[in-house]
Amino acid sequence: MGLRTFIEGWPVYRQLTGTDPLGRGAAAQSARSAGLTARTEDADSVARSVCPYCAVGCGQRVFVRDGQVSQIEGDPDSPISRGRLCPKGSASKSLVTSPLRQTKVRYRRPYSTQWEDLDLDTALDMIADRMLAAREQTWEDVDTQGRPLNRTLGFSSLGGATLDNEENYLIKKLFTAMGALQIENQARI
Amino acid sequence: MAEAHPVGFQWVMEAKRKGAKVFHVDPRFTRTSAVADSYLPIRAGTDIALLGGVVRYILDNELDFREYVLSYTNAATIVSEDFSDTEDGDGFFSGFDPETGTYVQDSWQYEGNEGSSGSGHTAKERDSASGLEHESHGAQVDGDTPRDETLQHPRCVYQILKRHFSRYTPEMVERVCGIPQDKFLELAEAWTRNSGRERTGMLIYSVGWTQHSVGVQYIRTGAIIQLLLGNMGRPGGGVMALRGHASIQGSTDIPTLFNLLPGYLPMPHHADHPTFDEWVDSIRHPGQKGFWGNAGSFAASLLKAYWGDAATPENDFCYGYLPRMTGDHGTYQQVLNMIDGKIKGYFLLGQNPAVGSAHGRAQRLGMANLDWLVVRDLFEIESATFWKNGPEVATGEIVPEECRTEVFFLPAASHVEKEGTFTQTQRLLQWREKAVEPPGDARSELWFFYHLGRRLREKLADSKLPRDRALLDLTWDYPTHGPRAEPSAESVLREINGYDVATGRPLSSFAEARADGSTAIGCWIYTGVYADGVNQAARRKSRHEQDWVAAEWGWAWPANRRILYNRASADPDGNPWSERKRYIWWDAEKGEWTGHDVPDFEKTKPPSYRPPPGASGTEGIAGDDPFIMQGDGKGWLYAPSGVLDGPLPTHYEPVESPVRNPLYGQQANPTRKMYAHPVNSVNPSPPEGHSQVFPYVFTVSRLTEHHTAGGMSRTVSPLAELQPEMFVEVSPELAVERGLAHLGWAHLVSGRAVIEARVLVTDRLTPLRIEGRLIHQVWLPYHFGFEGLVTGDSANDLFGISLDPNVLIQESKVGTCDVRPGRRPTGPALLDLVADYQRRAGIGPGHNAPAVTTDSEGRERSDS
Ligand code: SF4
Repeated sequence: MGLRTFIEGWPVYRQLTGTDPLGRGAAAQSARSAGLTARTEDADSVARSVCPYCAVGCGQRVFVRDGQVSQIEGDPDSPISRGRLCPKGSASKSLVTSPLRQTKVRYRRPYSTQWEDLDLDTALDMIADRMLAAREQTWEDVDTQGRPLNRTLGFSSLGGATLDNEENYLIKKLFTAMGALQIENQARI
Repeated sequence: MAEAHPVGFQWVMEAKRKGAKVFHVDPRFTRTSAVADSYLPIRAGTDIALLGGVVRYILDNELDFREYVLSYTNAATIVSEDFSDTEDGDGFFSGFDPETGTYVQDSWQYEGNEGSSGSGHTAKERDSASGLEHESHGAQVDGDTPRDETLQHPRCVYQILKRHFSRYTPEMVERVCGIPQDKFLELAEAWTRNSGRERTGMLIYSVGWTQHSVGVQYIRTGAIIQLLLGNMGRPGGGVMALRGHASIQGSTDIPTLFNLLPGYLPMPHHADHPTFDEWVDSIRHPGQKGFWGNAGSFAASLLKAYWGDAATPENDFCYGYLPRMTGDHGTYQQVLNMIDGKIKGYFLLGQNPAVGSAHGRAQRLGMANLDWLVVRDLFEIESATFWKNGPEVATGEIVPEECRTEVFFLPAASHVEKEGTFTQTQRLLQWREKAVEPPGDARSELWFFYHLGRRLREKLADSKLPRDRALLDLTWDYPTHGPRAEPSAESVLREINGYDVATGRPLSSFAEARADGSTAIGCWIYTGVYADGVNQAARRKSRHEQDWVAAEWGWAWPANRRILYNRASADPDGNPWSERKRYIWWDAEKGEWTGHDVPDFEKTKPPSYRPPPGASGTEGIAGDDPFIMQGDGKGWLYAPSGVLDGPLPTHYEPVESPVRNPLYGQQANPTRKMYAHPVNSVNPSPPEGHSQVFPYVFTVSRLTEHHTAGGMSRTVSPLAELQPEMFVEVSPELAVERGLAHLGWAHLVSGRAVIEARVLVTDRLTPLRIEGRLIHQVWLPYHFGFEGLVTGDSANDLFGISLDPNVLIQESKVGTCDVRPGRRPTGPALLDLVADYQRRAGIGPGHNAPAVTTDSEGRERSDS
């Protein structure tokens, strides 16, 4: 290291000679931090999203690199949140990339003490069969006075407040067409 | 709000910086209290007494915004001679039917309209939570009503209101709520002073209000104050619900709820709605004023969206396909039916009732008695593993080898792995772009339900059974894309928006809805979100590039209006109330309403318009009637129908309370929904004996660092690390009384369960002097359960099941318990402890306090 470089490495020298007389910015930066770039800078793409926790609806920018979420930050354009996120919103990247996330179908047989593997397609088929069977066993055409009921009380559903409007729409539409009335979500709770 | 909706709270801080005074009312001193100007500790469950005190303060001192009140509310309307108030009935209004525990509302009506309360009897309405329909419009009432503009008539709403709250004095507020009189007067004075022509005040609440046996009436009291002060429909005013889940507003608008269809259309009832016309008339109420007169178009268009070509005017648009309600099919009734073996299957979609619903043990016992259970979530939540890890396995109540429930756990896609809209708490829809593909078997609900539906239809393709027609005729042909055949969320949004059937052109406004089958609309209040074929919810014009209303960020229902009923931001003549509060006004030159927002009024109807005699529907709304979805165009200080537990809010004690109601002989809400199921033992309250067995009040709420039942936070390491343990906050006084050590253990006992928690001794909780007695309150977070990175007992296990009669939401913000030092017993000894408490409290299985606690003369019953 030459003398000149050595002196230029002094924050106080840079403070006196550079654009940062208070020594709170560039003058105080170490060589290491000067060489760093934000994870957001080399992202392949950015998706504009919304925080999945509470109903304030803070704007998020989801940065993606190599097909993985590399960072989630508040969206400064949002008139609701002005770029801020609370501890939960800030933890969204940890949420979606959590190693605890279960990514395989799990199946527990009646009276079993453990999970087993199950193919997604098979699971879907088994569930469809069980819905149709429950519906057949519990179907009600009419009440005691002959007025239409067109329904099954044989199965229920709970959930929707964390889902998209489009998803709730399909859930309600499908269950209603099956005569399944007992559809509820957090709005009741 | 700083705890549970932190980023929303930045706007409160902005207002404070500009000189606003912030009051925080909460049983516990929180991060919100820390930055408020004034903190008022309150006994949980007494908010109507506090707010009723504010109403009395306004009326007694004539501080209401008189011009607004006269023109825009029903203050001048005259009520039937048959009406009698709770002041005369010791806590009962006229019309109570002790047999069903509900009211006949005929006597509550406006004078001359006594017959128009609809069914007359409200038992059915309670079971079907029909109050929820009013999220988009008022209850029915005839348009032409007698009025006394001088407000002197003894039966005008103004005078009735005055009498009703006459005993809610500052002294009474102190006796009931534990709030010192000077603190109360400071609040009442600031609230009223900050309202009027030049200023507006806002009222903000969360589920701390809704989760009560009188939850709807809490909000009604707030609305009465805001109407009296002229704070509705104006910038900086309003009653704002801070909802707790990303799209809980959306899941109410497009309801995954048993009693509603999209856009607050009621699910048909087998007895009341046998035909399409009767169903539509029950919504439209012929003769009534207001926009709801178009209900027939919304109803026909929904059925057209569901059943496409099969739905024709000749077959009533397949109305016959809809399932019919016969009573209460709500989530708590379902759980009790599961325990009784009446339900075979259960889907859980991003919801964790084993921790998040009241009476966790009932939830888990119900799930353990199913044929099959499908759990769709990001993580293996408690509701997926109750059969091996739940507390009932430890007590021996659930034995895995004997538990028959077949469980499917299907991993779900996260919010960045799918596209679609959330509706946030101000009715604003925001589209999310997809960032990455979901991992492994994880899929969106859109994928799951679309492909499940396809498969069900394939399996039934050859069926000739009439009951399968509804499924086979369903329009179910959404385009898919990508290797996993993900359905297009935009195509679903387009159907929700609605389209012209002949051309497929997306509709721009619900005014285009037709009753002849020429339009199909999935959710009429969302029409416009896809106007011009453009996804309006995806708009992201920066806040720096538009005005403060930010109308080009996302899309709000209805019609992208940001403030509802904003006609009220102008005076009756159409001029702004003040320059400072200018928002929507009448431009006489152009002959139209204009301003910063989309006017919530017919654009060219002048302020001077008066309806011709006998007019109904939109024609019946006068040019100075801002509340266009109400049957009389007015804001309701007094609700002649639509609210099942009374036309005015009344203070009742919580279902479980250590205190005798200081205001009336009637102790608790007599119309609450009770379940006398053996699993649901409710702790005794005065005038019943033995209430001292459970002497303490407990309340629960959120921590900033956790989310609801913890499924999205106890599983996330930064959040788990910030709040690693279940705890109970107690005051230093209670710690001394019960021998509790800071950071030691305590256990809490109710008639349902025992849970344990680490002790946090803190003066954030303070004992309150109520009726000469010291009442201790303890506070718990409700986020903990037995799975995840950090675990703990669930606070919701302590609660029983008692519901608000209007919306069937449970009282899970207040209950009674005992607090004991040390850890709880384990195994069967835990059940013995609960049984011992039940015995000492004299509550057998399924005990409920009596609904009525006065005799027919209105005196306290002495038989208990
Ligand atoms: S960042 Fe926090 S305040 Fe904003 S939506 Fe998410 S949870 Fe709510």
